[in-house]
Amino acid sequence: MSLQTQELLLNVGPQHPSTHGVARFRVWLDGEVVTNLEVVVGYLHRGIEKLAETRTYTQVIPLTDRLDYLCSITNNLAYCLAVEKLAGVKVPERAEYIRVIMSELQRVASHLMSVGFLLNELGAYFTPIIYCFRDREKIVDLFEMVSGQRMMYTYLRVGGVSQDLPEEFIPAVKRLIVDLRKAVDEYEALLSGNEILLARMKGVGVLSPELAVNASASGPVLRASGIKWDIRRAEPYSIYDRFKFDIPTAKNGDCYDRYWVRIEEMKQSLNIVEQALRDLPGGEIRSEVPALIRPPKGDVYRHIEAPRGDLGFYIVSDGSIAPYRIHIKPPTLINLTTMKDLCVGWKIADFIVIFGSIDVVLGEMDR
Amino acid sequence: MTTALKTEQVVSQIAAAFTGADIKVDGPAVIVAPDMVNKVCAFLKSAPGLEFDYLHNLTSVDFMDYFEVVYHLTSLKHNHSMVLKTRCFDRNNAEVASVTGVWRGADFQEREVYDLMGIKFTGHPNLKRILLWDGFLGHPLRRDYL
Repeated sequence: MSLQTQELLLNVGPQHPSTHGVARFRVWLDGEVVTNLEVVVGYLHRGIEKLAETRTYTQVIPLTDRLDYLCSITNNLAYCLAVEKLAGVKVPERAEYIRVIMSELQRVASHLMSVGFLLNELGAYFTPIIYCFRDREKIVDLFEMVSGQRMMYTYLRVGGVSQDLPEEFIPAVKRLIVDLRKAVDEYEALLSGNEILLARMKGVGVLSPELAVNASASGPVLRASGIKWDIRRAEPYSIYDRFKFDIPTAKNGDCYDRYWVRIEEMKQSLNIVEQALRDLPGGEIRSEVPALIRPPKGDVYRHIEAPRGDLGFYIVSDGSIAPYRIHIKPPTLINLTTMKDLCVGWKIADFIVIFGSIDVVLGEMDR
Repeated sequence: MTTALKTEQVVSQIAAAFTGADIKVDGPAVIVAPDMVNKVCAFLKSAPGLEFDYLHNLTSVDFMDYFEVVYHLTSLKHNHSMVLKTRCFDRNNAEVASVTGVWRGADFQEREVYDLMGIKFTGHPNLKRILLWDGFLGHPLRRDYL
């Protein structure tokens, strides 16, 4: 008697398949091996692009917080840069430095979450994530000190930032940098050489550089595949051309490399914060901008290196107080384009790790 | 620093490769006909000196008189960028040739434009709604959708 086998269609999600949010996958399995995969998104779609059309330019800023809610500052930044370019608004020096300090701290906070959750997916339940939360908490405390909020900061404004740094902020950041450097070393000691972690991530879910470029992958996913491309260096926005930092790239494009790139990026971000604190000038924090901004007719596209990749804002103005059209280019949705290629041939448990290593935030994917 | 290529430079190269094609310029953007977008993109990707290997962004705008589909292209090799646009004047039957064959990264982005703006991409391997569900009526990002 011969054994009869058949392909199994497994629905993963949309209820937190890997603690990331409401992503859903349809996975075809042969035994434990993935043979096909379909990404199903849209469960968190709130129509932010449509909502933005009925608001003034300033009122859109809180909406951008709710895209990638783990890195609100960089969302604010991308949007404000786009409006500033469209309306020809200049930003004071001090505000530029504050923006860089906040963005880079945000990158560290975001990567901490990413690393912690990735370890959760590997089965290292809650020990690494609690360490990461512990350190992210310190960053969030500082953000609260500056903006009064712990998650949806709405801190940036067109033409600057909403309020100046409080007096106790700078000594606190200096202490924090020391702490975080120690913490990142601690993660490396605890995780990077860990045998289970290596066995589960080395060589798993390899994204070739050709496919990464062809599929418009960006951020750590692109750099883990060996492409040295970082908007902060390729097309420096704000004042990033003034700082010295490396762009960590890996060679293999597997899950481990994506993890490693994030760890290294945290170190680089801390270097940037240190340099920005050293050079932080005094002066104005916001330029004079009318309450109702009326940019001239036209369109603009600005993109920045957000923690999860290349976040872009395409804004069309018809000369009125509300944007005619805003398109948000979501890096994480586009990073998932190659999800099927990465997962086919791997086991169902590896699929969860691969998904974790791409690091998505559903608020941004679905908008 | 990423340099935006001068439109004349790109237009002359496209015109040389596609004789008789209707190519316009609008500010920093090059505008081509919707049915030849995929061919122009394949050319832009492979032409020496241009080599736009990376599709940054693909989106659409509803100007009521016409839809505009916008492509932001970058060359990682030469670190230059350009904007390509195409216009569809038929609201009920807007069609643009899909560029998924040129860049895989267009896959989800074209589906999103189809879903929210109702522009069909001919040649897309899996053109269905992405953010909204299959039974949804209408395309919300159109300006006349209320």
